[in-house]
Amino acid sequence: MICLRKVAIIGVGNSKFGIRNDVNVAELTFEAVKPSFEDAGLAAKDIEFVALGSAGAGAWYEELLPAVVAAEYCGLTKAGLVRCEAACASGSAAFQTAYSVIASGQAEIAMVLGVEKMREIDSLTAMEWIGRAGYYFWEFHNFGLTFPAYYALYANAHMAKFGTTEEDLALVAVKNHKYAIMNPLAHLQNKITVDDVLNSMVIASPLKLFDCCPMTDGAASLILASEEKVKQLDVDTPIWVAGIGCSSGTANLSKRPDYVGLEASVLAAQRAYKTAGISPEQIDVAEVHDCFTIAEIMAYEDLGFCSKGEGAKMIREGQTEIGGKIPVNVDGGLKAKGHPIGATGCSMIYELTKQLRGEAVEKGRQVQLKNYIALAHNIGGTGHYCYVTILRR
Amino acid sequence: MSGMPSIKSREIKIVQEIPISKTLRFWEGLKEGKVYATKCTKCGKQYFPPVADCPNCLNSEIEWIELSNEAEVETFTHVVFRPTSFCQYKPYTVAIGRLKEGVKVLTWLTGFKLSEIKVGMKVKLVAKLSQEGNPTYEFVPL
Repeated sequence: MICLRKVAIIGVGNSKFGIRNDVNVAELTFEAVKPSFEDAGLAAKDIEFVALGSAGAGAWYEELLPAVVAAEYCGLTKAGLVRCEAACASGSAAFQTAYSVIASGQAEIAMVLGVEKMREIDSLTAMEWIGRAGYYFWEFHNFGLTFPAYYALYANAHMAKFGTTEEDLALVAVKNHKYAIMNPLAHLQNKITVDDVLNSMVIASPLKLFDCCPMTDGAASLILASEEKVKQLDVDTPIWVAGIGCSSGTANLSKRPDYVGLEASVLAAQRAYKTAGISPEQIDVAEVHDCFTIAEIMAYEDLGFCSKGEGAKMIREGQTEIGGKIPVNVDGGLKAKGHPIGATGCSMIYELTKQLRGEAVEKGRQVQLKNYIALAHNIGGTGHYCYVTILRR
Repeated sequence: MSGMPSIKSREIKIVQEIPISKTLRFWEGLKEGKVYATKCTKCGKQYFPPVADCPNCLNSEIEWIELSNEAEVETFTHVVFRPTSFCQYKPYTVAIGRLKEGVKVLTWLTGFKLSEIKVGMKVKLVAKLSQEGNPTYEFVPL
């Protein structure tokens, strides 16, 4: 067993999420980078390594090498540099990469960036690109599966097996919009009701428009440091990386054992819990991958917040609200804060860092901290990739 | 698109030529009305979609087996909001069905009203030509 060094998050930044046609990919990244430097009290010259997560380079935005472009724009040129791709978990993959660089002793300070520009193309073309992000040849080419359709397959199976209802799915959207209203960074800030969700247009049955996350532009930035550097800089409230677990699922959905949960989530969570030496009951606050409402319900089960088939009960009983058993997605989640694909994993960790420091900007969103432990669950594709990251103050 | 000042990127048209040499038997079979899976001659594992190399034991000697056509629907969805390249199609239903060989197939399910489709129902797998004239396969009523 290799002895890894401890790594902490010492600076965070997050751009405003939304339709950001006022900025290009580099300018949007800058909006996250600058506040993260101010937060850490560091400058670009201090960064030895940069890992950037982004999924749609050259597809839904024009730059094929966004890491290079963003690094130049933010004064980071000459640092070690890589772009990481794990579909919607690209941000978490970049986090794991930068974490590993420090934990293994290759650098003292590293930066993780996540960015996506999704609104430079029309929505049908975006649907085309994202639909291809599974197994293009066997599941898109002849059958035109879209991303909502992939998750809709899971939703119908979950409903058939466990009696989960469309109203249960709607409750996830209602909860996440409620918190997004309180989060000035969020994309969708409108209050919605169960009826609004049920009456919205069908995208891929049983999922309707308000069951789906929006296509969002956004960026997030995290600065990581070794324990030695944290001591040297006398960081006020370092947030420690307690454990990362990752796994993957088959490209073909037809090769999955069932459609009521994501095996990659279960495995990634088990690995993360083991590394961190904790159990789900100890988590004070979680960010889970709610790209569609069904995904949040499956995440409760796959992460062990409840037993299999009990996810709908958790949302019905309000157990994932602030004050409940385990508050989930109190920043609005992907569903309402928005899901700029490559930025999402970093933005989850931005939110959890703020929560663990006790400085969720708007006091109404601050969860009660008992164990000072938080969890981020970031899926890429439809359970094609999964990263679970556990943080501890 | 947004009303914000912008410059349009240069346009490119992308069409990839996807090799099918190793699964040619499958595509030829569809034209003859047969849906084939592959079976590893070493470990015996069966695969659909077909594969030329066995991920289980890395053996590349495979045999082609014709699939039985009765399947049980494990899940489905009706795709209303369609991507650009499927806009010429009416909304379509996609299902995943399990065959008695144990392999599963993801494809379109036709010939039913949406309200009639249930998880667990039995359907038939058939080879056919797509609207564009390409060989494909589909689930239809028994």
